[in-house]
Amino acid sequence: MTPTDDFASIVRLEGVQKYFGAVHALRDINLSIGRNEIVGLIGDNGAGKSTLIKVMTGVLEPTAGRILIRDREIQPGEFSVRMAHDLSIETVYQDKSLAEKQPLWRNFFVGRQITNRFGFIDIKREKEVARKILLETIGFRGVGITVDSTVANLSGGERQGIAIGRAMHYNADLIVLDEPTAALGVAEVRKVVEFVRRIKQSGRACIYIEHNLAHVHEVADRLVVLDRGRVVSQISPKDMTVPELTEYLIALQHNA
Amino acid sequence: MAQRSGASILQRFEALPIIVVFVLLLLLFMYRAPEVFLAPYIYTTFLSTLPPLILLATGLTFVIGAGEIDLSFPSIIAFSGFVFAVLFKEYDLGWIAVLAGLASGILVGFLNGLIIAKVGIPSFMTTLGTQFFWAGMATVLSGGKSYALRGAEQSSVWQWIVGRPFAGSTVIWLQQVSIQALWTAIIVGFLWLILTRHRFGEHVLFIGDSNDVSRVVGIDVDREKIKIFTLMGFLAACAAIMLTLENKNFFGNQGQGYLLTAIASVLIGGTSIFGGQATILGTVFGCFIIGMVEAGLVAAGLTGAWVRTVQGLIFLVAIIFYLYADEPQRRRALIANLRSFGRFGGIRTSEQGGVRR
Repeated sequence: MTPTDDFASIVRLEGVQKYFGAVHALRDINLSIGRNEIVGLIGDNGAGKSTLIKVMTGVLEPTAGRILIRDREIQPGEFSVRMAHDLSIETVYQDKSLAEKQPLWRNFFVGRQITNRFGFIDIKREKEVARKILLETIGFRGVGITVDSTVANLSGGERQGIAIGRAMHYNADLIVLDEPTAALGVAEVRKVVEFVRRIKQSGRACIYIEHNLAHVHEVADRLVVLDRGRVVSQISPKDMTVPELTEYLIALQHNA
Repeated sequence: MAQRSGASILQRFEALPIIVVFVLLLLLFMYRAPEVFLAPYIYTTFLSTLPPLILLATGLTFVIGAGEIDLSFPSIIAFSGFVFAVLFKEYDLGWIAVLAGLASGILVGFLNGLIIAKVGIPSFMTTLGTQFFWAGMATVLSGGKSYALRGAEQSSVWQWIVGRPFAGSTVIWLQQVSIQALWTAIIVGFLWLILTRHRFGEHVLFIGDSNDVSRVVGIDVDREKIKIFTLMGFLAACAAIMLTLENKNFFGNQGQGYLLTAIASVLIGGTSIFGGQATILGTVFGCFIIGMVEAGLVAAGLTGAWVRTVQGLIFLVAIIFYLYADEPQRRRALIANLRSFGRFGGIRTSEQGGVRR
């Protein structure tokens, strides 16, 4: 299946339900992610944020409902992480996107190496492209990071940058960020927010899961609020300040 | 922050520390036992005795690099050696016996991989179990007998696998040069290319680094693990056939001596016990050191019982060295501990927080 350019929403979920045994994790989710927008996914622990993105990216199969990618329906049984990659959907997980002891150039290409037909890697070419990603896509200049650096020597923010840059390099139309600022310092968070802005500037869509409301409020075009497996509201950040948003989420908890 | 700007010296020159240690040890042995180490015969002997160890250790480099372990290869040496020996001797099948021996090793390795990847039992437990199973199987099937392959050197199998291509030479040490060294060099060189430059090698190292990351980036972790253990089985079978032919004898315990030495060679060479980092060049030099220590200690007049003791000691020193060399945070913690220990000793310096007068 090859990606096409002619579509209205990159991902659309219609009536999606997900059960884990007796637990009803997602209840009748209807959600559409358009092109070139940053959607912040917020909600308390256990609201179903992670389950929702796992269904969207092929990691979990929904119990019921329809998934449409680029307006075309996907059979739930055949959807997989690999297929999501083929359809230009990339996920950046908080701490399992990069292998610690490997150099950056290997991390950029692992799983889709540039090889000859016997499977031998074209190291020179991979390093060349990796250097370009590092300088141009990610914008790491003069910070002492090269394609031979090992991931273990990078800070948390730099790792997020590398992972996001890799996703952008593969021309993902949708980049899913799973709590990219968790466990990061203030300066590091600024870097990640910059990377998220870059995603939008390059004309791609992004789903941004975040605990910290201030971070997500700053960059998102639309906030989707999940509560106990339901989408309870969709808010424009312009209509609500961060304190108002916090009040609203707390109120949700008390309206059980 | 020099580390950030690229690979450290340890990473840039593959196996550098171990090559230095090897050269120093060699010089030491040449000095202590010149009559042995300055003559060619010890080296031609290595050419015929080291290949099985090197093949096993190369396979283990993949296994340990992937964060797994294989304890069952000594039993593959017994089982595949038995399959080969019985078909070669009792049924006179020649090259078919070789193929059958290799196939049996591949099968055992494949089953190991299947249990580890698909059933999900840790490789340590799986291969501990299969070690006993296949060693027992070899003993049951052979009835505990050994097979002497008298006259094997007449066969083309012997000539091609462990022959002496220069047997007609007038130079004595040249007569003893054995061909299995060449086959081993070719196999190991090829596998070095696979580990450093092939997609499979990269997958091995990523799996050793983290199974989770590997899955997220689209590596089929289960399938690659099965391949790794199958490769190990194949190499153990190669070692078994070489060993059986070289000794012109099969006996049930022939693999047992390799358990510690093969694992030690890999770890001495610099492959990480935690996986994710592996060097075949280091492994080969690790094998040289293990083999040299054995010969050197005997030449220096120590009994065979010392050899195991010293090899065990080298093994421990090497893994502790690499632990601190590769992991700066452990090194810092160690230094901090030593400092605080010094404080209890009562020696205070201003640097350690003592009072300056």
